[in-house]
Amino acid sequence: MSRAQEFRTGDTPLPDVVILTHKLTRDYDMGSEIVRALRGVDVQIRRNEYVAVMGPSGSGKSTLMNLIGCLDTPTAGEYWLNGQKVSDLVDDELAHIRNKEIGFVFQTFNLLPRASALHNVELPLIYAGISARGRRERAAHALTRVGLGDRMDHKPNELSGGQRQRVAIARALVNDPSILLADEPTGNLDSTTSQEIMGVFGDLHHQGQTVVMVTHEADIAAHAARVVTLRDGLVATDQRKAA
Amino acid sequence: MRPFEALRLALMQIRAQKLKSGFALIGVFIGVAFLIGAWSIVNGMNTYMTEKFAGTLVGVNTFHLRRSPNVNFDVDDSTWRAWRRRPRIKFTDAEAVAANFTVPVITAWYSEDRGGVEYDGKVAKDITLEGTTERYFDIMNLKIESGRPFSAQESKAGAGVVVLGHDLADKLFGSTNPLDRTVRIHDFPYRVIGVVERQGNLLGISLDKFVVAPALSPIQREVNPPGVVDALIVKAQSPEAMQAAMDEAEATMRSRRHLRPRQENNFVMMTSEGVLEFWNKLSRILYAVGPGLVGVALVVGGIVIMNIMLMAVAERTREIGIRKSLGARRRDILRQFLAESVTIATIGAAFGIGAGIFLSVLLNAATPLPATVSPMSILLGVVVGGGVGVLAGVYPATRAARLDPIVALRQE
Repeated sequence: MSRAQEFRTGDTPLPDVVILTHKLTRDYDMGSEIVRALRGVDVQIRRNEYVAVMGPSGSGKSTLMNLIGCLDTPTAGEYWLNGQKVSDLVDDELAHIRNKEIGFVFQTFNLLPRASALHNVELPLIYAGISARGRRERAAHALTRVGLGDRMDHKPNELSGGQRQRVAIARALVNDPSILLADEPTGNLDSTTSQEIMGVFGDLHHQGQTVVMVTHEADIAAHAARVVTLRDGLVATDQRKAA
Repeated sequence: MRPFEALRLALMQIRAQKLKSGFALIGVFIGVAFLIGAWSIVNGMNTYMTEKFAGTLVGVNTFHLRRSPNVNFDVDDSTWRAWRRRPRIKFTDAEAVAANFTVPVITAWYSEDRGGVEYDGKVAKDITLEGTTERYFDIMNLKIESGRPFSAQESKAGAGVVVLGHDLADKLFGSTNPLDRTVRIHDFPYRVIGVVERQGNLLGISLDKFVVAPALSPIQREVNPPGVVDALIVKAQSPEAMQAAMDEAEATMRSRRHLRPRQENNFVMMTSEGVLEFWNKLSRILYAVGPGLVGVALVVGGIVIMNIMLMAVAERTREIGIRKSLGARRRDILRQFLAESVTIATIGAAFGIGAGIFLSVLLNAATPLPATVSPMSILLGVVVGGGVGVLAGVYPATRAARLDPIVALRQE
């Protein structure tokens, strides 16, 4: 495995580096005090890596996750996603990046309760401006890929927790994103279902998908090939499993 | 997101929350229904007043030369007394005015009073007794159903003949043929020579309770002092010809009455426009007040929609967060909520238009007013309804669009 690129401000990441953060800082102004959630995080993730981000609560992993997911902008530092510097983009440009480059999987699934599985999976394609017929085809394909080809017309409350998370994974994948970004994907699932979902992640990784997963459970993190641990807003450890 | 998608989402949302959407659109519904309904009623009254009311009382391109107006709505006592002091129109005046016209016109004398008509022991009371000359039937467009009108000779000779209104004929004769029977008016006998077609009614008053006799027949004693007529009716072929005839009549009358240039006319020439003056005043008020009432209803409707949309934004904060995380831009969210409020308002307007049309159809069937829905009012209803939706939706939709996705996603 090659060494990480020596990155300085003004450089451009190497072509196979999907995620690069350089001195990434995020402060929250809480009025009376300034909370320094991230104090200069340097992380590089290459294409087709499977990375777990760990750390105790308050370590800054949620903040990092929001920044990597382009839901938030850093106070200082750089963030490059798939060769594009996104740390200084504005709201609507970030929305576009989220749509094209990132597939989210949340702890609470975050499906629209009134919409069918198929419509939920179609959502990112609506904002990508894909025609109705194209959307249906691609959403159906994504659902079939996660083993829910026969549940397309079910509403979320007619599905089990594992099935709901599969719908969310299908939704995350439907736009062929550069990274699959999962935030405690098994937090609301029992252990059997958790193993099942981890199986899906593993399969996706083998098919070439880059996966970043935030978790606080060590046995879930163990599925990843690399574990980054945060503490007090800094990278504490960065371990690769021997392949 | 394509604009069409926003509409589709809006319809899905409205279908999912029928009750809430139903309440949201009530204000606009009422406003637009009132707009269409009131507009069509005023329009109908307008048509009715100009065509039927004025047409029946005065006639098209026709004027009545009288001592004073007989249709008036607000006249003070002193004016009224001044009118009463004016000299009456005499037979000789009517003859002179008619003889002096150079414009082609047809004229008739006209006098009326109310009284009883008797046949075979039966008396019909409160009948309009009319003393006229032969062209009266042409001027007032009275079609004879059976028999004939009286002739110029009968008119000149003051023959004891009468033409009956339809209701009067029905009342006195029932199924028997009234022609050539003799009716008595104040003990004078008159031979029935014709019956006029049914005229219907005006504001609920029958137009068929009348009897027409030659002005020089004994009826003249019932309707006016000797040698006096209520009016000389003059009908021209066009509005311009009528104006010219009015000028000529005025000149003749002024010279006959020796009025000096600065003296006012002591007679009037009533046209249908004159009769309509009062109505025009009233309809101006209606046209001014109507939009105000519609406006109030629409403002209330707009506020209701705005509130319901603000509630929807609060309730669906998480949905907004999800959509944003999946790549919805501000304008996508804005469009979605704006489309929802516009769709609600437009559906309300559509129902309102339907109700307004129904109201006017109902009115048409139940009353003599010819209420008509103008296409203009439908167009206005749609535009105004949609406009209310936009105005009411902008603020809630902007709030939705500005939500921070992280905060929105965290909401339970």
